Amino acid sequence: MTRNFAAWPIILLLTVLSLPLFIMYLFLLVDTFSNTAPGSLLPNEFTLEHWRFLIDPTITGDVWKPTLTTVIFSASLMIIVVSVSATAGYALSRLALPFRRFVLSGIMVMHAFPSVTLIIGVFLVLQFAGLYNSLTGVILVKASLMLPFGIWIMKGFYDAVPWEIEMAGVQDGASRFTVWRRIILPQVKPGLLSLALFAFIDGWSEYMLPRILAPSSDFEVLSMYLNTVSDPNSSTYNFNIFKSVGLFYTLPVLALFVLFQNRLMNIFGGGTKG
Amino acid sequence: MQISINNFTKTFDGTPVIDDMNLTIRDGEMLALLGPSGCGKSTTLFTISGIHRMDKGQLMFGDRDVSGLPSQKRNVGVVFQNYALYPHMNVFENIAFPLTVRKDNKADIDREVRAIAALTHISELLERRPGQLSGGQQQRVALARALVRKPDVLLLDEPLANLDAKLRLEMRSEIRRIQLETGITAVLVTHDQVEAMSMCDRIAIMKKGEIVQIDTPADMYSNPRTSFVAGFLGNPPISFLSGIAMENSFSVAPIKLRVPLGAHEGIADGTQLKLGVRPEHFGPEGDIAVEGKIAFAETQGRENLYDVALADGSVLRSIQPAGRNWALGDTVRWFIDSKSAFVFSDDGRRL
Repeated sequence: MTRNFAAWPIILLLTVLSLPLFIMYLFLLVDTFSNTAPGSLLPNEFTLEHWRFLIDPTITGDVWKPTLTTVIFSASLMIIVVSVSATAGYALSRLALPFRRFVLSGIMVMHAFPSVTLIIGVFLVLQFAGLYNSLTGVILVKASLMLPFGIWIMKGFYDAVPWEIEMAGVQDGASRFTVWRRIILPQVKPGLLSLALFAFIDGWSEYMLPRILAPSSDFEVLSMYLNTVSDPNSSTYNFNIFKSVGLFYTLPVLALFVLFQNRLMNIFGGGTKG
Repeated sequence: MQISINNFTKTFDGTPVIDDMNLTIRDGEMLALLGPSGCGKSTTLFTISGIHRMDKGQLMFGDRDVSGLPSQKRNVGVVFQNYALYPHMNVFENIAFPLTVRKDNKADIDREVRAIAALTHISELLERRPGQLSGGQQQRVALARALVRKPDVLLLDEPLANLDAKLRLEMRSEIRRIQLETGITAVLVTHDQVEAMSMCDRIAIMKKGEIVQIDTPADMYSNPRTSFVAGFLGNPPISFLSGIAMENSFSVAPIKLRVPLGAHEGIADGTQLKLGVRPEHFGPEGDIAVEGKIAFAETQGRENLYDVALADGSVLRSIQPAGRNWALGDTVRWFIDSKSAFVFSDDGRRL
């Protein structure tokens, strides 16, 4: 890449702008491993006691059960969203379906709707279906709210696959399904991967839906657990433990972002390069 | 295998593209569908392949009626204009794909793929991916993939359009060689008359969904049925003069040009006619003198190409061997070879 201008003023500007965020994260990290004397700004001792919640369920309650629940929640969400989007996106991109335009604009509208506005309707449907207060119900709701985005993205990736490749497959004697599985699907793999990551991260950070649609159930996702820990009126309240739990909760997302940030970016490129 | 298309009609969104077409492709021959864009040549090709369905008519592979069969059951090999190789598979897997779909056993697949790769001269490329190949190599892979399951007919959709000039010459003879070696019946779609003439046994010239003439390249060149066919074949192209019939001659009064109509006697005086003169039939030798001015000269190395503007503004093209050169603006008195000129009626029919 050739440079038309010096890079350092931009780097400087970005550094200054992100400094507040950076300092906050730094203190978050430092505080979980140290104690600070009252009134002081800098920590005075190193300690691991704020991370005891990982092994000692008496402090804030068992953290592993909500973690497992969150993993199940995010993974199921990921599987549903990816498999439905992969098939629906193909159908909308390639097959001459009746009402195709209507379905497409419907998806667009759904995509534009903030999910909160649908919550009352969703509540009634869940109540009717007997899935209120259950993990399955929350997963289904979250997945269906994510699907318009997923289908739309996947349709974009399928649209970028040349028509002739598909016809060549058919001409070579393969059924449409074989062509989809063996020829088309590998072309949209970058799209599937980034969609899977998005779905997982989105599921991991979901708080509102489990809170509203399963308030009194026996399962808890990590976001709800964090909320419990952060209650200043509780007897176990400890600000540094709250920070540790918060960091524990954020780590997987951070890790995924660091590992796959390039992949995540290409979801917005529409998959021009296969 | 002989392919015949009977009474084929195709309409796209109410617009008729092909109307009642009949075409027979003989066993083992290579036929070109030649025509300007939008003439229905690709539609015909994709109908044979099964991608388009016929609205009316019948398609026969030998004695078998395949009109209603889907592409998968037709055993047709297609080479697409952009080759349509599968980018995530290497060359071997690309060529093997039709066989793996058929669930042949591994040893057979390996043998077949290597045999066809040897035929198309890509044996050393089998491990590469399509992205690592040049255009000509991709074309060879596409050919190999189309041929590997021994199709009844090979269809080529503008196979040379994406290649540069030098590769185009090379692949032209390569495709022909492979077609002759396998003895497969082939259909080539092209808008380039040079490709059609150099590669094919017969050419079907199409215009607006109809086959205007079907003939061998040589016959079609020397005996075009309409002015459209005459104008489409030949490079540099034929030039036309407009005139009227006068006492058994083609006459252009303003420049006192008279070309005897010879065999075409009995045309009423005053009938509007067109005279087609190929560039090689107009020059310093011939029998009918025409005076004009060189309006354009192009050096091509072995030959020079001239446009001669006549007094009434019409233009005759001429191709002359290099050596004796005329310059732009020279006044020349050249001759039309009247026996080789074509006479067309005003609506383009050859007389």
